[in-house]
Parts: sequence; structure tokens; C-alpha cells
Amino acid sequence: MKSWKELPIGAMIIEPGNSIEYNVAQWRVFRPVLDKNKCTKCGLCWIFCPEGAIVRNEDESYEVNLSFCKGCGICQRSCNVKAITMIKEEGL
Amino acid sequence: MKRVALSGNYAVAYAVKMADVDVIAAYPITPQTPIVEKLSEFVADGLLDAEYINVESEHSALSACIGSSLTGARTFTATSSQGLAYMHEVLFMASSLRTSIVMANVNRALSHPLNIWNDHSDAMAERDVGWIQFWVNSVQEAFDATIQAFKIAEEVLLPVMINLDGFILSHINEVLILPDEELVREFIPSKPLFNRLSPKLAYTIGVVGPPEYYYEMRYQIIDAIERSRKNINEVNREFGELFGRTYGNISTYMMEDADYALITMGAVSSTAKIVVDSLRKEGEKVGLISIRCFRPFPKNDIIEVFEDVKSIGVLDRALTPGGIGHPLFTEIVTTLYDSSKIIPVQSFVGGLGGRDITIDDFKQMYKIIKDVGLSGRRKPCIYIGLRE
Ligand code: SF4
Ligand code: SF4
Repeated sequence: MKSWKELPIGAMIIEPGNSIEYNVAQWRVFRPVLDKNKCTKCGLCWIFCPEGAIVRNEDESYEVNLSFCKGCGICQRSCNVKAITMIKEEGL
Repeated sequence: MKRVALSGNYAVAYAVKMADVDVIAAYPITPQTPIVEKLSEFVADGLLDAEYINVESEHSALSACIGSSLTGARTFTATSSQGLAYMHEVLFMASSLRTSIVMANVNRALSHPLNIWNDHSDAMAERDVGWIQFWVNSVQEAFDATIQAFKIAEEVLLPVMINLDGFILSHINEVLILPDEELVREFIPSKPLFNRLSPKLAYTIGVVGPPEYYYEMRYQIIDAIERSRKNINEVNREFGELFGRTYGNISTYMMEDADYALITMGAVSSTAKIVVDSLRKEGEKVGLISIRCFRPFPKNDIIEVFEDVKSIGVLDRALTPGGIGHPLFTEIVTTLYDSSKIIPVQSFVGGLGGRDITIDDFKQMYKIIKDVGLSGRRKPCIYIGLRE
């Protein structure tokens, strides 16, 4: 990581959108695992995820972006066909 | 150049006008009000081309100043006492966002009980906010320090606070030399500041600093204020070349051969000088030190003048209840810890909430300092003028 000399003064963020480099999902305890065979592509998890961590692909299939997922489990609860299971993260 | 009689408040207002500031955001408060009143007149009369932002509080005043300064606009505000206290959280932001705001703080006591008179408790409560702090002794100094402050603030990208004693300096007329406006402009030309917000250079400010970054950002303030010592000296030297007056980080009086020294801050030094003169006539080798630059604290300048002193008195005009010592005393004792000499330091408190510090009070202080020097033992803090 950059030293105090290398960082811009005044905590200015000079490159727009650089939050992409910051891992905002390190505190997840459970990770959602989406079973594409069970999924009916209804999109409810995509709507309910408060983090926008469910990604909708071109072919309308869904997957989880784990760089943003906080592991809250809302997607699991919202899935009527139980296509999402919450699994404890390794090392916890 | 002309000689005129002005109050401390008006001297600051004239300095701000000559500095050709772009933005003023302020809220009135006694005893500072005449500064911003005069400035609003200048703007309304078309004598100063500045944006004058009327806000509903000091908190908003300083917040508006931050936004303004970060666009590169030369920015000024003024306050006192409760107003400064109300700015407290924004003061930290102004320094850590690396603004170049210049603020006049007309020193006044803090409530409770409500008191509009002079002491130093307002600015002393804001020692640690990362601002450069000047303390002036005269109306001329108030003017000169304001001019210098803009240059320093814009060079080091830290805000500067000029402290002048409420009523004693703010409302007293003194004769001062008012330089020509062109000369002031030559000293502090308006120039675009490095990395200021503009449509060409867009960036995010006022961000979250998580544990991985916060520490580094705060350390940058330590680095900047330490480096500012060089700029302060250099600006003072340049000022001297152009205007014929210079000020050190401390001003000394009769210190060359002094055995006993008193350290003060602000206008009260004038009374102390009278006492030094009369004691000198009686053969007492007394001297006076007045701290002009309190942040960054001029440690090395002080150690130098202490070379041959036998004992020192420190007069605080603010309190640190429950502390080891009051604010200035603590700084001086810490300074001495780093010097090779062990000199007894006597703590005094006086002049709280506008209580006069008289000539007799100073005589008493010098007598005690001498006793401490002879016995080598200091007493607990002495509260001058307190009714027992
Ligand atoms: S666990 Fe929570 S954050 Fe993660 S994908 Fe599901 S709803 Fe979104
Ligand atoms: S809620 Fe369940 S079924 Fe619907 S898209 Fe998400 S995983 Fe598929």
C-alpha cells in the first residue's frame, strides 16, 4: 500500500471510480451459492440484493459477484425455488 | 503608504481588502463583528470584488469557506469565542482538506458564565486542529500578520488563524502604517493554486478514510505544519524586504542579558514591557518573551533565548482544568525538557474573562520569578488577581 508521501494530500480521490479497487466484502461470514440447474431466472434475488451483487448475464442467467456480496442471505430468502444456499466461508 | 489610526478589527478588514480576497463567509459575533461589518461595506460599495456569503452560523461559515478555498478562491472568515467553538469539528476538516483559509479570531472568553471579554480560552481549546496560529501584540501586527497569513496559507496549504485580543486590540485605535495596495498585491499576487477543483481537474473530496488510510492522511498534517516553519520564516523575510518590518516567531524584550524572564502572548505584553522598563531602572535584569507563532510552536527560537536565564515565569490566559499545567506553561516546560539546561518555570494564570492584569500584577510576577530563581524551587500555579 502507498506511504503517506505517495498518497494525494487532503485524501483527494483523483481517479474517478477507484472504489472498484477496494475490497468491500471482506467481512462476509456466509457466501451464497447459486445452483443454475434449479434457477428459474425469475430475477427476484437480483431485485432484492441490497448490494447489487447479483449479476444478470446476457443469457438472462444469474450469478453472484463476490467482490460486493456481504453475505446477508436476502437472496436466499427471496428465492422461491431454493436455488441459493448459504455456505460458511472457509477459515471461519 | 500612509499613517492612519485604526482599530485592530478595522486593520484586519483593510488587510483583507488589500489582499483582494475572493470569498468571505462569516457570521457576526462580539467582539469580532466590526471586521465582517467593514468587509461587507467594502463589498457593497464596490471597493472589494468579493463574494460575501451570509450564513446562519459559524459552522456554516467555515463550511462555506472550505468549499470556496478548494476551488482556489482566496477565502477569509472571522470569529470569536463561542463562534470558534461552534466551528470546532469544521476546523479539523479545513486543515485536513488542505485549504488555505485565513481566519481572524478575536479572542474572547467562553461561557459559562456568559462573558464577552478577553482571554485566550477560545483559541487554546483549538490548539490541536492542525491550523497555523499567530498571536499579535499590536494593531500594526494584526494588519501585517493578516497579509502574511494569506501567503503562508497558500504556500503550505494549511489554514491560518490570527489571534488578536478582544477589545484590547480589536476596539482600540492605534496608529499604523497602511501600505499601498499595489505593494500588498505584489507581495501576494492572486495565482491559481495547485490541484484545486475545476471542471478540468475533477476529483472527490471529503471521503471516508478507513483504517488503512486515515493514519497516513493525519500524518500528512504533521509533515505540512512542520515544513511550514521554513515558509513562515521565509515569508517574514520577504515581508521585511518589501515593507520594512519583520517579526520573529517570538518577540523578545530586554532578553540579551536577562536573568529573569516572563513569557506572555498577545497585547498584555505591552503592559509587561512598561514593567520591564521600570524594573530595569531599579537594576533588575528582567526580560520579556512574547510568543507570536503558537502553532507550529517555536521551540528552537525559545531555547536560544533561554541560554543564560535563571528562572522563567509563564503567564497563561486560559485554563487546562485538571492538567499538569495550563496550555502555554506545558509547551514551555516541554520545550525545556529538550534543552540542556534545567531552569525552574513558574506558572501564572491571569486576565481571565477580561480581568485586568495591572502593572502591579506584573511587578508581583517578576518578584516571584526572581524568588523562584534564587531558591531554585517553583511554587504551584499562582492565580494572579484571584480573590481568595
Ligand atoms: S447474500 Fe446478500 S449481498 Fe450477497 S448476493 Fe445475496 S442478497 Fe446480495
Ligand atoms: S430468486 Fe432464485 S430462481 Fe429467481 S433468479 Fe434468483 S436464484 Fe434464480
